[in-house]
Amino acid sequence: MSAAQDIRKTNPEVEITSSEDIAKAKRKKQRDPIKVVLIVLGIVYVALLLVLPLIYVLVQAFGQGISAFTAAITEPYALDAIRLTLLAGLVSVLLNTIFGLFAAWCITKFKFHGRRVLMTLIDLPMSVSPVIVGLIYILTYGRTSPIYGVEQALGIQIIFAVPAIILVTVFVTFPFVSRELIPVMLGQGTDEEEAAALMGAKFFTIFRRVTLPHIKWALLYGIVLCAARALGEFGAVSVVSGNLRGITLTMPLYIETLYNEYQYSAAFAVSSLLVVFAIIILFIRSYVEYRGGKETENDQNAEITKKRRGRRKKERQEPQTVAAEDSPPPTSTPATASATTAKE
Amino acid sequence: MYIELENITKRFGLFAAIEDVSVGIQEGKLTALLGPSGSGKTTILRVLAGLETQDEGSIYIDGECVDGVPAGKRNIGFVFQNYALFRYMTVYDNVAFGLKVKKRPKAEIKKTVMDMIELVGLSGTEKRYPNQLSGGQRQRVAFARALASDPKILLLDEPFAAIDAKVRAELRGWLKDMIARVGITSIFVTHDQDEAIEVADEIIVTNSGHVDQVGTPQEIYLHPETPFVAKFIGENISVENADLLKAFSVPQGTDEVLVRPEAVYVGSEPAHPNDPVFSGEVTDVSFRGNSIQLKLRYGDQELISFLHDTSCDLTAGDAVDFSVSNVFACKDGNVEVLTA
Repeated sequence: MSAAQDIRKTNPEVEITSSEDIAKAKRKKQRDPIKVVLIVLGIVYVALLLVLPLIYVLVQAFGQGISAFTAAITEPYALDAIRLTLLAGLVSVLLNTIFGLFAAWCITKFKFHGRRVLMTLIDLPMSVSPVIVGLIYILTYGRTSPIYGVEQALGIQIIFAVPAIILVTVFVTFPFVSRELIPVMLGQGTDEEEAAALMGAKFFTIFRRVTLPHIKWALLYGIVLCAARALGEFGAVSVVSGNLRGITLTMPLYIETLYNEYQYSAAFAVSSLLVVFAIIILFIRSYVEYRGGKETENDQNAEITKKRRGRRKKERQEPQTVAAEDSPPPTSTPATASATTAKE
Repeated sequence: MYIELENITKRFGLFAAIEDVSVGIQEGKLTALLGPSGSGKTTILRVLAGLETQDEGSIYIDGECVDGVPAGKRNIGFVFQNYALFRYMTVYDNVAFGLKVKKRPKAEIKKTVMDMIELVGLSGTEKRYPNQLSGGQRQRVAFARALASDPKILLLDEPFAAIDAKVRAELRGWLKDMIARVGITSIFVTHDQDEAIEVADEIIVTNSGHVDQVGTPQEIYLHPETPFVAKFIGENISVENADLLKAFSVPQGTDEVLVRPEAVYVGSEPAHPNDPVFSGEVTDVSFRGNSIQLKLRYGDQELISFLHDTSCDLTAGDAVDFSVSNVFACKDGNVEVLTA
């Protein structure tokens, strides 16, 4: 026992003073001016940039009463826009989930020439401006392109029609799923998959039982990001849309059209709907982040307790500890106890 | 031979991880693949398991060629370096995985899994997840999982590398006993010569993609066949002193002469009657727990010797007599053990 502890035991006043000191220090910490300034700045920033515009959207949307709001969003053109947006979003999420999984699997589980190039290419849509994406599609599938003849022969129209809208949405949202998956799958390595393969498991069993549990939160997170971007996409879609009301207008484009026609309350009504979508996605995203974060944290905590225990063991150098740990039926070893606390 | 590797070559790009390796492994023995990192030992193991495909050569298991047989059909149990336990499955599900994949009846699966868990001494941990187990326990689960489907061969990749020293020593003995009890042909990869010598029935020493020597631990330790094996196993000091070389009548054209600490015996009486005795000086004494390491100087030659009587009172600067019982002479890629 150290000298300080001795004093505390024999002289209780010392302890009281010290605990008062701690309390004082705590109060002082709370009044830290830098902290206050930063918090106030943060609140003002969020209020001006986020909360105020959001409130304004809702105020404007309901400015002419609930009936005007419902009329605006149940108008046939509005419904068409909502339908098209959801369709483009759904197709993008579906395709990008499937191809994102394939791409991430291929890049992380196999080694081949051009792997790095492929990784860079997957990220390309992130760095290309959406307007340019739209233009590229017009040049590739529009009237001036040699492919146009094929399109005509087959009797399909891509540009200024629904297919182009879906195509560009898929393009701009392409990286989201694979980008979330690649780091997680790289971190996991291929050992567990190899172990399963050695035991005779088939590809699909390995994916379902070994890989999927590991990547599910990252996958969901990628899907959520992909959906958010798909629903809100404006630039690329606006270039290839052709602005045919009721046919090729997605919600963001429809809102712009309404706004340009001075139909402010209708524009804000549809906007508020988009905001509601965004908020729903935000909630899902936070939940996914929370659950996913919690699971990785658990893993880490278990690791940390293990390391700590290891260190303690080395410090003590008591052979019994080791023996207890690896003896056959340990109903409650210190390892498990700490691991479960970490989980809670 | 139960397992035969014939002229196996495996390249990664331009780099040949193993080149023209031919080696046989006996049934029911515990064999160590020993070599420094990058010597190709893990590649040999992975090619054997079917996790990599060799570019040239053939592999025979129990007389059957397994080239082109996928990993899952070779009936091989594999313990990965970091165990590769399925982290989202309980201990029970980990051990049961292979049996479930093979669609065995439920009752049989349950019985086998519980038997395996009992065999490795982990009864009561069935519902735990791998991250709730200690390193030693994870190793045991990996072992149980590899053995659950009753494989013909058990392969272990650096089975003790991820465990701290104290538990490692215990596990070595445990694994050796366990494999003897199950009676399965096993091969393990290690870079630790002590581990190989202590655990294995037979050792295959690999060096930069080739097999240098195959033999029992005694053969490998006492009669190394190549300079690499002589230097890799045990502690070695290069001998350059003319008197020492003369005492062992080292032949002309020898590339290098090596001496092991255990060949150097401190005392005025030689360990064997014919051993040459020299008078040198102690330069350093360091306590090693169960022995004392002495550094000696004879002329310009440094030597090391171990004293197993730790009550000795020698200090640096003391004059001391010592004898040398044998040296390894490396010449043209061969090694000869020379005694006086």
